[in-house]
Amino acid sequence: MVQQGPQGTWVIAMSFAVAFLLTAWPLPQGLVWARPDWVSLVLIYWVIALPQRVGVLVSFGLGLLLDVLEGSMLGQNALSLSVVAYLALVLYQRIRQFNLWQQAAVVFVMVGVNQLVGQWLQNLAGLASGGVWFLMPVVISALLWPLVMTLLRHLRRAYRVS
Amino acid sequence: MAAVVAVALISADIRFNQMTATRASLSAVVYPFYWLADLPARLGSWGEENMVTRSTALEENERLRGEAMLLQAQVLQMASLRAENVRLRALLNSSALVQDDVLVAELIGISPDPARHQVVLNKGSDEGVFLGQPLIDAQGLMGQVVEVAAASSRVLLLTDTTHAIPVQINRNGVRAIAEGVGRLDQLELRHVASTEDIVVGDLLVSSGLGARFPVGYPVAVVTEVVRDPGQTFARVTAQPSAALNRSRHVLLVFTGKLEQ
Repeated sequence: MVQQGPQGTWVIAMSFAVAFLLTAWPLPQGLVWARPDWVSLVLIYWVIALPQRVGVLVSFGLGLLLDVLEGSMLGQNALSLSVVAYLALVLYQRIRQFNLWQQAAVVFVMVGVNQLVGQWLQNLAGLASGGVWFLMPVVISALLWPLVMTLLRHLRRAYRVS
Repeated sequence: MAAVVAVALISADIRFNQMTATRASLSAVVYPFYWLADLPARLGSWGEENMVTRSTALEENERLRGEAMLLQAQVLQMASLRAENVRLRALLNSSALVQDDVLVAELIGISPDPARHQVVLNKGSDEGVFLGQPLIDAQGLMGQVVEVAAASSRVLLLTDTTHAIPVQINRNGVRAIAEGVGRLDQLELRHVASTEDIVVGDLLVSSGLGARFPVGYPVAVVTEVVRDPGQTFARVTAQPSAALNRSRHVLLVFTGKLEQ
């Protein structure tokens, strides 16, 4: 197989842009806690698919942008997304062998770690939290994983992102 | 390494407030996301305004004209009342009331994190928005600006758990501090003595102490007073006057302009 240079950077960038957009999308009052962790989902996919391109550094930058978007402490999401990316980098060879629902279970843990780190940092800074509701996005994200995964894989193959 | 940098950043942000400029410049990058996410709502209201039948438009026109007339009549009274108020204050040797200037802004986004009560506005430092600027809607005080970028700003609402505002009861001038508890329809008054004269239905207005918020804007209405003899303080809850989860058009207040 002929090794090609990196291509399709714009597909990766666009997918993250869409994830940010969905994060900023206004939700009705009753559903605010049910927002999936879009950026984490997309990030996990790209780390597993292209670990040589998307890693801790990229997720750090994304986390900073997400911090500004959410108005959280500058560095909170940067730290938690870096941890998620690191976990994904360590585990990507194993995760690739799993079927979709086994992967969803791993994603459940990774997004959970993301939320836990975020909550921990917020409490450390003295901000009150909304109880255990912060685990809600974790469940929703895991359930959405097969969809996100299939969609992004189609995109990656269609545009030959490598 | 990323973790170390992140921890350094967090501490720089919350301990030393060093990150205001960085945050403002990064805001310019994320502002388009809010703008885009808000687009359907804006298109919807544009469509609603532009695609009404002639009769509906005429009807609304009629109604608004009547309303304008009514308000004008009230303003007429206001003018004489204000003049009288200024004269009385002069008699009492107290300082003149200030007239506030306002800037109309539009709410284009809310914080995706439900534990944070923050909203994003479409006006920024280009229009003279500054840190700590109070925000009101037609019904009352909403919050204060905590972050300013060139074309957008972020506002902390009264009900956020990190927010507190000095208030006084409109009826008798008793002072208190109203704190957010993380619910959009609730504020709590801290350290109100059990013997204090406060009843359900009292209007709380901003007291202007703390020099952050202007005097006399409605903040909340008392909804519950619990006096437990075993407790040192009464538990007082109030409902914010402003439509915190509904208002789209809001006003940024420029205080300190002396009345002509």
